[in-house]
Amino acid sequence: MTTVALKPATMAQALTRALRDAMAADPSVHVLGEDVGVLGGVFRVTDGLAAEFGEDRCTDTPLAEAGILGTAVGMAMYGLRPVVEMQFDAFAYPAFEQLISHVARMRNRTRGRMPLPITVRVPYGGGIGGVEHHSDSSEAYYMATPGLHVVTPATVADAYGLLRAAIASDDPVVVLEPKRLYWSKDSWNPDDPQPVDPIGRAVVRRTGRSATLITYGPSVPVCLEAAEAARAEGWDLEVVDLRSLVPFDDETVCASVRRTGRAVVVHESGSFGGPGGEIAARVTERCFHHLEAPVLRVAGFDLPYPPPMLERHHLPGVDRILDTVARLQWEAEN
Amino acid sequence: MTVMEQRGAYRPTPPPAWQPRTDPTPLLPDAEPYRVLGTDAAAQADPELLRRLYAQLVRGRRYNVQATALTKQGRLAVYPSSTGQEACEVAAALALQERDWLFPSYRDTLAVVARGVDPVEALTLLRGDWHTGYDPYEHRVAPLCTPLATQLPHAVGLAHAARLKGDDVVALAMVGDGGTSEGDFHEALNFAAVWQAPVVFLVQNNGFAISVPLAKQTAAPSLAHKAVGYGMPGRLVDGNDAAAVHEVLTDAVRRAREGGGPTLVEAVTYRIEAHTNADDATRYRGDAEVETWREHDPIQLLERELTARGLLDEDAKQSARDAAETMAADLRARMNQDAVLDPMDLFAHVYAEPTPQLREQQALLRAELEAEHADQEGTHR
Ligand SMILES: Cc1ncc(C[n+]2csc(CCOP(=O)(O)OP(=O)(O)O)c2C)c(N)n1
Repeated sequence: MTTVALKPATMAQALTRALRDAMAADPSVHVLGEDVGVLGGVFRVTDGLAAEFGEDRCTDTPLAEAGILGTAVGMAMYGLRPVVEMQFDAFAYPAFEQLISHVARMRNRTRGRMPLPITVRVPYGGGIGGVEHHSDSSEAYYMATPGLHVVTPATVADAYGLLRAAIASDDPVVVLEPKRLYWSKDSWNPDDPQPVDPIGRAVVRRTGRSATLITYGPSVPVCLEAAEAARAEGWDLEVVDLRSLVPFDDETVCASVRRTGRAVVVHESGSFGGPGGEIAARVTERCFHHLEAPVLRVAGFDLPYPPPMLERHHLPGVDRILDTVARLQWEAEN
Repeated sequence: MTVMEQRGAYRPTPPPAWQPRTDPTPLLPDAEPYRVLGTDAAAQADPELLRRLYAQLVRGRRYNVQATALTKQGRLAVYPSSTGQEACEVAAALALQERDWLFPSYRDTLAVVARGVDPVEALTLLRGDWHTGYDPYEHRVAPLCTPLATQLPHAVGLAHAARLKGDDVVALAMVGDGGTSEGDFHEALNFAAVWQAPVVFLVQNNGFAISVPLAKQTAAPSLAHKAVGYGMPGRLVDGNDAAAVHEVLTDAVRRAREGGGPTLVEAVTYRIEAHTNADDATRYRGDAEVETWREHDPIQLLERELTARGLLDEDAKQSARDAAETMAADLRARMNQDAVLDPMDLFAHVYAEPTPQLREQQALLRAELEAEHADQEGTHR
């Protein structure tokens, strides 16, 4: 077996590498968005692409999200594979009309004759001290739109693999990039980046016996930390990283819950109408007889994303997760 | 001496010289909508083209009448008629080359049909069997678009992509006067101008957006004037003059193909029928207004011109009518057949591969259908 040299790399670097590799591999891949050219994007994810591939392949567009995504639709109709960058989560909203009315349903309305291989990259979520409109967790809106795939990486390797898979997909994929993990480092082999499982597979990040934390994106590291901390309380927590919200991997999630008998869903987005409700319902429907306690949720509060000086109270943290895990001792309480 | 000069310290610096980025004058539309029929310009028009336009107008009118009748018979869920606007519809299709693309809105079935799409398939959306009946790639016609103006950026993106690939393809995008108020209209025009994309925008100003008149839609001098702000030429044309619309669109298409960038064309026309068969137009406009436009009917205008110039005799008129009648009879016959639909198709085209969640739901529906079928068998026995 050859050993590969693992070096620390950031998620942002892995995403850049994914874009570069995809563009080099396929001339129909085009990147477009606000400030993606000379500047390399406000998070520098598109850094160097315009210089390497030219401004026709990595294009600074006018400042208009509906226009960016709307023109991407036409480009995809003509055989290109546009990768669109939305500068921040809340600034993707002007493009929702195009996303929902056209991107998500063009394959369906044309009976499969006009698939749209568009990748929409959305830096999302809180924890970076952003002012208003820079920290939304918008995943529920995307999840609720049939025709879209929705993925969100939590590791450097997944960032690379999921973005490559998204660009290769013949269907539109929304890639939710957790902003606060952009600078997180992992050991990763930048010389030989690997693909990941096909879109739609969850992964067990940590095995455990007493309960499952079901989570994704920015909350994955928080859950891993909580799982470590929980050992002191005698809890051996399993952590499932969904990676893909649509399609949803019932199999991996339910296999884990059947092993542990208890589950907590953890995410930043609000709990009312949020992804946790859907996940809890699915788990309950499938694993009812294995459950020792109701599926609980740790989510952001149901409020507009708070100002940066208060966001730590809103975001699910280790303590709130541990308190919720403690509530899984259902029999003892009731 | 001013106070400033007395103090002697302040020396105002002039702002850096400002110049308009482009001379707006050539971009401005003419004061009057451009016309050909009934003017000296008509003599220059190609008689063959005029006869083709005529045949298509007659066919288009018959299609509108037939489709409206089908709504009354319950064979069509809804039909937005383009009676009175046929010249725009037909000229739009005929101004394009085969390799070009058309981006229609829900009212533009005639343009779609004139482009070669099967008349029944063009009605699939409005009939309700599916959302789009035809293969967009076959005749290079995008799906009929229901949300207003959202197809305009698609046209820009497609034209831009074609140019990047080195193809001399032009996209023609159609929108109503109401649609020009949507944000997507602005974004599309702006992108097209910045990218110098080979796109032609055709606004059919038919006076109303459902019930709302143009005066409540915009304060611009004309919709064609909007072009100037984007840095593209605006052209104003009599939308009931098929020869004029064809000429203006053909010019704009040629200009786009040659790398001259986008054009915004406003065709001034009128919607003779109500918004759709479900609308009551008497609530927002009077008969007198409709009558003045009936007198400016696109078919009559062209017929008068052709007849006056000896280019159209009674036989030619009859054969145009006969062709239209054959089309209508065929449309009627095929629309009167019950659609054969497979409910399992619901799951077939959501994703390239159905998600596990869709597979489960597919299984549920299949079981329901089987049970329904078994029930029917039972009652038949
Ligand atoms: C985004 C959007 N808003 C509202 C509607 C409902 N609607 C359908 S047609 C119409 C009026 C459109 O008027 P106009 O653009 O002038 O086109 P016309 O119907 O006259 O051809 C409205 C408001 C719609 N289809 N899309």
